[in-house]
Amino acid sequence: MSNEKQPKHKKRDRWAKRDTELTFLTLPTVIWYICFCYLPMFGILMAFKNYRVIDGSKTFFYNLLKSKWTGFKNFEFLFSSGSGALVVKLTLLYNIVFIILGIVIPVCLSLMMSQLHHKRYGKVCQTLMFLPYFMSWVVVTYFVFAFLSPDKGLANSLLAKMGKDTISWYQQPKYWPAILIFLSQWKGMGYGMVVYLATITGIDNTLYEAAMIDGATKFQQATKITLPLMKSVIIMMFILAMGGLVRSDFGLFYQVTKASDSLYTVTETIDVFIYKMIKSQPNPNMGSAAAFLQSVVGCMLILLSNKIVKKVDKDSAII
Amino acid sequence: MAEKIKRRKAQKEPEVESKINRVKPVTNIIFSAVFAILALTCVIPAIFIVIISFSSMESINEIGYSFWPTSWSLDAYRYLWNNRTMIGTAFLVSVFVTIGGTVIGLYLTAAMGYALSRSSFKLNKLYTIIVFIPMVFGGGLVSTYNVYSSMLNIKDTIWVLILPLAVSSFNVIICKTFFKTTIPQSILESAEIDGASQMRTYFTIVLPISKPLLATIGILLSFSYWNDWFLSLMYISDADMYSLQAVLMNVEKNIEFLAQNANTMGASAAAYALSMPKEPMRMAMAVLIVTPIACVYPFFQQYFVSGLTIGSVKE
Repeated sequence: MSNEKQPKHKKRDRWAKRDTELTFLTLPTVIWYICFCYLPMFGILMAFKNYRVIDGSKTFFYNLLKSKWTGFKNFEFLFSSGSGALVVKLTLLYNIVFIILGIVIPVCLSLMMSQLHHKRYGKVCQTLMFLPYFMSWVVVTYFVFAFLSPDKGLANSLLAKMGKDTISWYQQPKYWPAILIFLSQWKGMGYGMVVYLATITGIDNTLYEAAMIDGATKFQQATKITLPLMKSVIIMMFILAMGGLVRSDFGLFYQVTKASDSLYTVTETIDVFIYKMIKSQPNPNMGSAAAFLQSVVGCMLILLSNKIVKKVDKDSAII
Repeated sequence: MAEKIKRRKAQKEPEVESKINRVKPVTNIIFSAVFAILALTCVIPAIFIVIISFSSMESINEIGYSFWPTSWSLDAYRYLWNNRTMIGTAFLVSVFVTIGGTVIGLYLTAAMGYALSRSSFKLNKLYTIIVFIPMVFGGGLVSTYNVYSSMLNIKDTIWVLILPLAVSSFNVIICKTFFKTTIPQSILESAEIDGASQMRTYFTIVLPISKPLLATIGILLSFSYWNDWFLSLMYISDADMYSLQAVLMNVEKNIEFLAQNANTMGASAAAYALSMPKEPMRMAMAVLIVTPIACVYPFFQQYFVSGLTIGSVKE
């Protein structure tokens, strides 16, 4: 009773019935976060240990804590020449291309789409272009296989018809960077366009009218009005994409290439590498070290690019 | 009536305005052509596998995969139907995981989003941190694998297909933003004054007026469950628990497997294996996976668009 007389902010600090109820409501979610996000995070200690199953009847953490510390030994292979260097190089190169194209293409397309005279037509095209986003990589694998299958594929039958030599696509690394880049953009463009188109439709129409009266061409309107107004969204998408610089799409590099061994010089990106470590090698510690670096570098990249953006343009930062 | 006309006029006016300020007809034609080509590249592969799945084996052996096979046949689907125990099980697994996962995921995600949207909630700060950290930092595949298989003991159970995908921080934030912007605080306060518990407010007031949000998240979740193959690849070794995606992924192996178990036709296994239209069958399985999505998504695309747009709105 006496609380009621106290000033409001004091009351706010008290734990109320409402808080208990809300805690109960969210308890399952919190437990989920602990089990599926935070437990694996602690498991990352593996990166610094020589993990061995000491007692099979005990859980992972018991064995992990009992295993020997090895410091940074698990990381050495990543920086030594050989497979580690190739993995790092491929992952970074692919991602730089993906990030740049993943912004340039959807932005250009959404600028173009906003100018179509028939909005209905644009909507239909957009719906169709969204379709690949909903296909899993496993399904895309068969899409690709229908074209590139060495004996039955459409590409080879066309080549044969033109009197050229057929190509065994799944054995030839030189074609795959282009194919993989095409596929990643093909799958992602519908998703990217949605966000940018929403921004464009949100722009006040009177700006364009004023520009038109001042004699600005459509192209000038796009570069001088639309693009500057899209800047903060573009930067946000860029920062989010930066976090993925050290990740790679396992489905794209492993499934779509049908895990072909002869292609490994162009497909051995970090997630494929970690997967192979788990499935084939008895020593998962190196994979864990790679995963640790992946998480730490990804986290730092997001924070860093956010900080740089904050310096340049305060409003565009996301955190 | 007069009002109606006025309203129509008001709608028409910007149209007239934009008719003056728009790209030249030539540019419009070029842009339209570009989009036509892009849209076709997105649709043609899907149509192509449908055609292949209806092609006869003779046609495929003769001219390969083609948009115009020399002869058509329903054999692929007939063989799939004859193996309905296996395909059916996979289908059931997929459907069960999709429905179960969507329901569980919806509860977990929306509840968290709701708690985060209540700024008076004492644990708000803590929960924000709990949700935010997994967005930038993760345990990695190796340690996740070990945790699932030797701590939570969900490897090779149906739970491993359901639980890991149930919550994503991205969805939680969509929920939080939605609740914050669309549920008036006054409703919640008056319910509280009337003595309703938080649970009651949440289930009888908040959720019923948040149907668009639930649809968005539900669709996002169900597509991610239907399309998931990675969890099967990592954690499922028992073929009885393969989802459709997993069956398709292992299709080369599976078609041999089907051929070995082929007593259904009365023919000998070897002859059966030979007669099997393997290539069309593969594609028919892919068609089986794609069809539900292709049928459903045009209707739900607007929800996706609104969901993605809400999620990208900065606070």
